[in-house]
Amino acid sequence: MSDAPALPRLLPCGDAAVSIEFGTGIDPAVSTRVLALDAALNAANVPGLIETVPTYRSLMVHFDPLVLDYQALELRVRALAGTLDATPRPGRRWQVPVVYGGSFGIDLEATAEGHGLSPAELIERHSAAIYRVYMIGFMPGFTYLGGLDPSIATPRRADPRPMTPAGVVSIGGIQALIGGQAMPSGWHILGRTPVRTFMAGREPAFLMAPGDEVVFAPTDAARWDALDRAAGAGEPVAELLSA
Amino acid sequence: MTELVIESAGPATSLQDAGRFGWQRYGVGPAGAMDRPALALANLLVGNAPEVAAIEFALAGGRLRAAGGSARLALAGADAILKIGGRPVAALTSVTVHEGEAVEIGAARAGAYFYLAVAGGFTIAPSLGSLSLHHRTGIGGSQGRTLRAGDRLPLRLPEPSGPELALPEPPQAAPGPIRVVLGPQDDHFSDAGISTFLDSGFTISGQADRMGMRLDGPRIEHSPKGYNIVSDGIPTGGIQVPGNGLPLILLADRQTTGGYPKIATVIGADLPRLVQCRPGSVLQFAAVERAEAVRIARAADDAFRAFIGRVRPAGLAALDSRELLSVNLIGGVVDARH
Repeated sequence: MSDAPALPRLLPCGDAAVSIEFGTGIDPAVSTRVLALDAALNAANVPGLIETVPTYRSLMVHFDPLVLDYQALELRVRALAGTLDATPRPGRRWQVPVVYGGSFGIDLEATAEGHGLSPAELIERHSAAIYRVYMIGFMPGFTYLGGLDPSIATPRRADPRPMTPAGVVSIGGIQALIGGQAMPSGWHILGRTPVRTFMAGREPAFLMAPGDEVVFAPTDAARWDALDRAAGAGEPVAELLSA
Repeated sequence: MTELVIESAGPATSLQDAGRFGWQRYGVGPAGAMDRPALALANLLVGNAPEVAAIEFALAGGRLRAAGGSARLALAGADAILKIGGRPVAALTSVTVHEGEAVEIGAARAGAYFYLAVAGGFTIAPSLGSLSLHHRTGIGGSQGRTLRAGDRLPLRLPEPSGPELALPEPPQAAPGPIRVVLGPQDDHFSDAGISTFLDSGFTISGQADRMGMRLDGPRIEHSPKGYNIVSDGIPTGGIQVPGNGLPLILLADRQTTGGYPKIATVIGADLPRLVQCRPGSVLQFAAVERAEAVRIARAADDAFRAFIGRVRPAGLAALDSRELLSVNLIGGVVDARH
């Protein structure tokens, strides 16, 4: 089932942060507990708590050590962790258009070949899954997904690319990713989406949140320009299938 | 409207306030002044609250002028000289610059980051709640980028008011190792690896900027757990050790999450001293317990408050604290370290 222990492990990160770890792996049950503690801590309005950052299996709490006493925080976390409602509930589901292959997905063919698949078969396996958003991290809007078909898991590239464009849809190991903006990357780029997971000045600036679900819709390259223009004008372009 | 007009600036000059908080959950790093106490001092000297945005210089200085009115300025942080109309201004002293007068900020003679604060701050719209420029993503700042010749920064105050202020020579930062709390992933390193980390000198490489400092030195050995973790959060001052065994200290413009194990975290009280070290400096690390790090933070905060309590109108050697309170100099700075 799940490797989520009843109570989390607290790992101090210097004097102004602590990582509250619920497990070791990528697991929806662990993630659900992380998000439940995240919500509970933020609802508790703890003085001196600066912000919380949910990740795959842990919650990082940044705090002011001159205002918030660590032992008090620890007691609070343990009390909250004992009463968490960790029932997984369906989040929002986003349908994200992806143009696969060609100049949009420069690693599609090689990755398919590596798995003994045709590019079309790889696209089918990548777009058949229902992914869970585990975290938004690294740089603005980078959306880390779990739920990749294990048969297409691919170790990261030995030589990371110095730059990849915004909106890349890529895989690395057993993880999948929607890139937020142009960044170096060692992941395998299968396609690209016009969706801006982050856009300054748009309301909301960030579309997705941990706990949401994502499905990919293979999209014809001929539609790229129109979709990209719409996304650039502030439209989400990602379709909300359920809320 | 009074403006500061940039005539020249080093390549990494940017607007920075106390940082952008609440957005790390979306991947947006905190940015903010590399040396927060130095930002607070510059602001104090012009009568601002400690977290108001100032111009952050990195090693190189710059030149600017006031247009449309006069402005009150102060410089703090790394050792650099401020000149108005060609005349040097005493260290840690605010000064009024009149329309058209040349403001020259020298390169740092020692240290790395320094701050030019202006009374009242800028009327520039914040991005996600902060004016701090996150250099790699272009969030914040003026037009989402570093400052360059021709930029015009509008000021909130048309004219400065109140006395120019001065602080005495600041207490010298105690030399000694950079103190760290081990973890959160010290279990990903062998005993030999931990010893290498704590017993060796590491040189700050040329790859050092607002995002972090890559260090050169002996390779730090991982334990059999290896150098990949399931990505988790990164604190400011977190020290990652990737597969090559060389540490990377993550700073204000850091990524919010990462997949390399973090051997230790620099304590908050030593971050200002760390960021003022230049490439080529040799760092030594010493481990302290978490609770000890909090005691050190409290002592540093007390010392900082005692120091800023000595602010005086420039040119007046001594005023008693009642007079000081009557001119309301201290009110804005009591939360300087928060």
